[in-house]
Amino acid sequence: MKSKNPDGHPKPRRTIELLLLLIALTIGIGAQVLVGLNLEDEIDQRYWLEGGLQVGLALAFHIALRLKAKYADPFILPIVVTLNGLGIAMIHRLDFTSRYDGVADRQLMWTAISMVAAIALLVLLKDHRKLRQLTYISLAVSVLLLFLPIVPGLGQDIQGAQVWITIGGMSFQPGELAKITLGIFFAGFLANNRDLILLAGRKVGPLTFPRLQDLGPLFLAWLIAMGVLIVQNDLGNALMFFGLFVAVIYVATSRISWVAIGVAFVAVGAVLAYQFVWHARNRFDIWLNAFDQEIYDQLYGSHQLVQGLFGLAHGGLTGTGLGSGSPQIVALANSDMIIVAFGEELGFLGLSAMLVLYLILFSRYMRAGLGTRDHFGKLLAVGLAMVLVLQVFVVVGGITRVIPMSGLVSPFLAAGGSALLANWLIVAIVLLISHAARRPIVVGPMLNTTGEGASGTEDPLRGRPTGEQRPVTEAPSAHHPSGGPALKEGEGR
Amino acid sequence: MNNAIRHTWVVSVVLFISLFAALSLVQVVFADDLGSDDRNSRQFIADAGAPRGPITVAGSPIAESVPSDSSQYDYQRVYHDPELYSHLTGYFSVVQGGPSQSGIEGALNDYISGHSDSQFFDRITALLTGDTVMGAQVELTVDPELQRLAYDLIPDDQRGTIIVSDVRNGEVKAMMSKPSYDTNELAVHSGTEYQENMERLDEQPGLHVNYNVAVNRPIFPGSAFKLVTAMAMLESGDYDTDTDLDNPPRLDLPQSDRTLPNFAAGNCAQRNEAELNWIFAQSCNTPFAEAAMELGGDALLEAAEAYGWNEAMRIPVYVQSSRFPDVSSDAELAYASIGQASVTATPLQMNMAAAAIGNGGTMMKPQLVETVRGSDLQILSNPEPEVLNEVMDEAIADDLNEMMVSVVEEGTGWRADSSRFQVAAKTGTAERGTSPETYNSWITGFAPAENPQYAVTVVYEEIDFNAGPELTGPQMLTMLEAVIDE
Repeated sequence: MKSKNPDGHPKPRRTIELLLLLIALTIGIGAQVLVGLNLEDEIDQRYWLEGGLQVGLALAFHIALRLKAKYADPFILPIVVTLNGLGIAMIHRLDFTSRYDGVADRQLMWTAISMVAAIALLVLLKDHRKLRQLTYISLAVSVLLLFLPIVPGLGQDIQGAQVWITIGGMSFQPGELAKITLGIFFAGFLANNRDLILLAGRKVGPLTFPRLQDLGPLFLAWLIAMGVLIVQNDLGNALMFFGLFVAVIYVATSRISWVAIGVAFVAVGAVLAYQFVWHARNRFDIWLNAFDQEIYDQLYGSHQLVQGLFGLAHGGLTGTGLGSGSPQIVALANSDMIIVAFGEELGFLGLSAMLVLYLILFSRYMRAGLGTRDHFGKLLAVGLAMVLVLQVFVVVGGITRVIPMSGLVSPFLAAGGSALLANWLIVAIVLLISHAARRPIVVGPMLNTTGEGASGTEDPLRGRPTGEQRPVTEAPSAHHPSGGPALKEGEGR
Repeated sequence: MNNAIRHTWVVSVVLFISLFAALSLVQVVFADDLGSDDRNSRQFIADAGAPRGPITVAGSPIAESVPSDSSQYDYQRVYHDPELYSHLTGYFSVVQGGPSQSGIEGALNDYISGHSDSQFFDRITALLTGDTVMGAQVELTVDPELQRLAYDLIPDDQRGTIIVSDVRNGEVKAMMSKPSYDTNELAVHSGTEYQENMERLDEQPGLHVNYNVAVNRPIFPGSAFKLVTAMAMLESGDYDTDTDLDNPPRLDLPQSDRTLPNFAAGNCAQRNEAELNWIFAQSCNTPFAEAAMELGGDALLEAAEAYGWNEAMRIPVYVQSSRFPDVSSDAELAYASIGQASVTATPLQMNMAAAAIGNGGTMMKPQLVETVRGSDLQILSNPEPEVLNEVMDEAIADDLNEMMVSVVEEGTGWRADSSRFQVAAKTGTAERGTSPETYNSWITGFAPAENPQYAVTVVYEEIDFNAGPELTGPQMLTMLEAVIDE
């Protein structure tokens, strides 16, 4: 750890977080006020009320961290608050156009719900390792969440994708929460079984391929992804789940062969999808021939993508300024396409700055994974980081024609309660992991805290000495791929 | 395990870099290409919603752009007294994608939208300071009081036009046509509203929202065209104001079974032979037809083209050319000489003809625009009075002037006689060839005859034979007495 006190203990760094949080709130609320100044006659007290609510929520989160997870990463919360605030500002700005109304208030309400839920999770969970006990429950919940929308009477088909359920007039995308539960399942399953997967296998040239039966979970993940794709027409989530699993399994095994297998599965899936799923084929056609007039004109055609590109181009380097563009031309401007609205009004520079924020946020998630001492925590942090980065890549890549466009939303920016809630819960979990990574070790440093037997006394779940603990002086076991003195694991090599 | 995490991080950063690259391509490198795509409505919306310069009369705006919050367009075009000025301004519709072509909005679109060459530096400055480009302000020559008077004079159920112009410099002081309409109804931002309003206006008989009757609709001039025939006669040297001419009640036309009659209702039947002055004042047909056949088609064509027939122009609104065709037979020429057959004239053309005579034979180019000023009030365009053509010698103009005075003092134009000054005029009643027969009823002239200042033309289309002169003569008088100082 770089920031250690003279006595060897890391600093909590909560004061840095508070300062950054003030900057974050200034940016988010400032953007809203700018929108108001540009599009309304006067800034009435509603702005101060709503700004005050955001300040209150952010400070509450900050205090919760001070009390319950004071060594948590100090950059995560300010970045998320910035993005969330900018999102509300842009949604608020789009409410001034004739197409949208009152969405910003709903987004603010969902922000409040999500932040309160995240604080509650943080306080109640205390330690992310408790989630490991939920490995198989998570799998069951994931399947339930993913397939809820196709239950007759509950599901709702919006924009060709069946990902919504309606209960009592409220629409909700349960698949968003499945991002978390699947992340928990993958992390838990691989933390439990990685030895088995690593040990057995056939060596072909430089690559070691796993046994067929060990491919089971990967195949399951692939099935889930394909099921999501075919049953729900949801290309984006399918891509994300699959990418998530490939990344997590690679981190668990450190074997490039798994990536090769993963890529092969993606390729097969892509070919199958192209052959048999009209929706997927359509997305490919749109991607490759976006400017073709016929594809532009057809129903579910490239109109949205092309208009999005026009919006980005109109923004240019510096943008039109908040409130001065015409982002409402693009369909779903405040949700799936909100990136375009930012690109148009804040320009390449503004949008790039926001992408850099995403990149830093992602890096902090990964840093939590690097720093924490338990495998489950590492895999969970990496998985959740991949959820973030894949969402951003699928959305922005789809809009800029790097990959085919599919319906995912930009984390924290886009209008939509379910995604907001899921992403805030992820924040809470990652904060706990980062807290576990940086907090001072309770027991002496002479214990292997990360190896196979890493369930040492600092594990609050067990809190008892076990025979599995080995002194670090012992030679690393031959089958340990990242062998070496485990003491250094926390620092990262 | 941590190495694998680092590798994953590196791969993800590569993904991000590809996003930055793609974004810079879309937003910077290919931005211009994307911006100029036909399907990109952003530039259009920006242009259509941009503030346009005002159109003013006597310094107060009749068309201006006001900020709009209710639609994607930034500004709403608003017309004041729209019924008075609809045909002059035209309308600006974001739905239609620009201004209507017939009015000032269309004719001076470059200035009004701020895109003319002379506003180039304004645009550069606006680009640098981030301000909106302000369009130029167009001040019309029209006198709002005269325009309102003309509007009040024309009955709502008639298709009438009144034009008042200054014979000395060509400035149009009033140009009013009915039916008129509310231009605001077509300036709406909502497509469906625009559609509904347009359909309703289209159904209104006699209303044309896309052209101005006064300058864009050539119709039969009837006997008012005798200003041209008479000039051709005088210029030939064979005729004089007191040359005696045969005046048969009807004329058998050569190589034709048609006959050309004098109107039975008038005074023409009183005399079988009369001097040109009297014939002109009573508007007898047969002597003019005979003279035209004697002079030949070329002489008449030359006279008509000297007045401006067969030539379109911009003042700056587009003025349709009035038509005097190549006549193939004497019969056709005979009818052409009295403003029938295929001869047509716009109300403005007849006004210009009277104005040329009033101005001693020198025709000034009609002007609708006083000044065009940039947003900083600097003058961008200031049309100077311009001689359009030397139509005739002053002597001939004086003869015609004298003949037109007789029209008012002892002839068909008696209703326009003023106690304040001498009025010179020529009436016309053209058959429209409809069944039942309706007429174009004209009067065009100027005053004071001894020192002409203003030319006034009043015309009613599709009107009853007797109702026409009841309106035209008195209304011309009213306009003249209003415009000419005591």
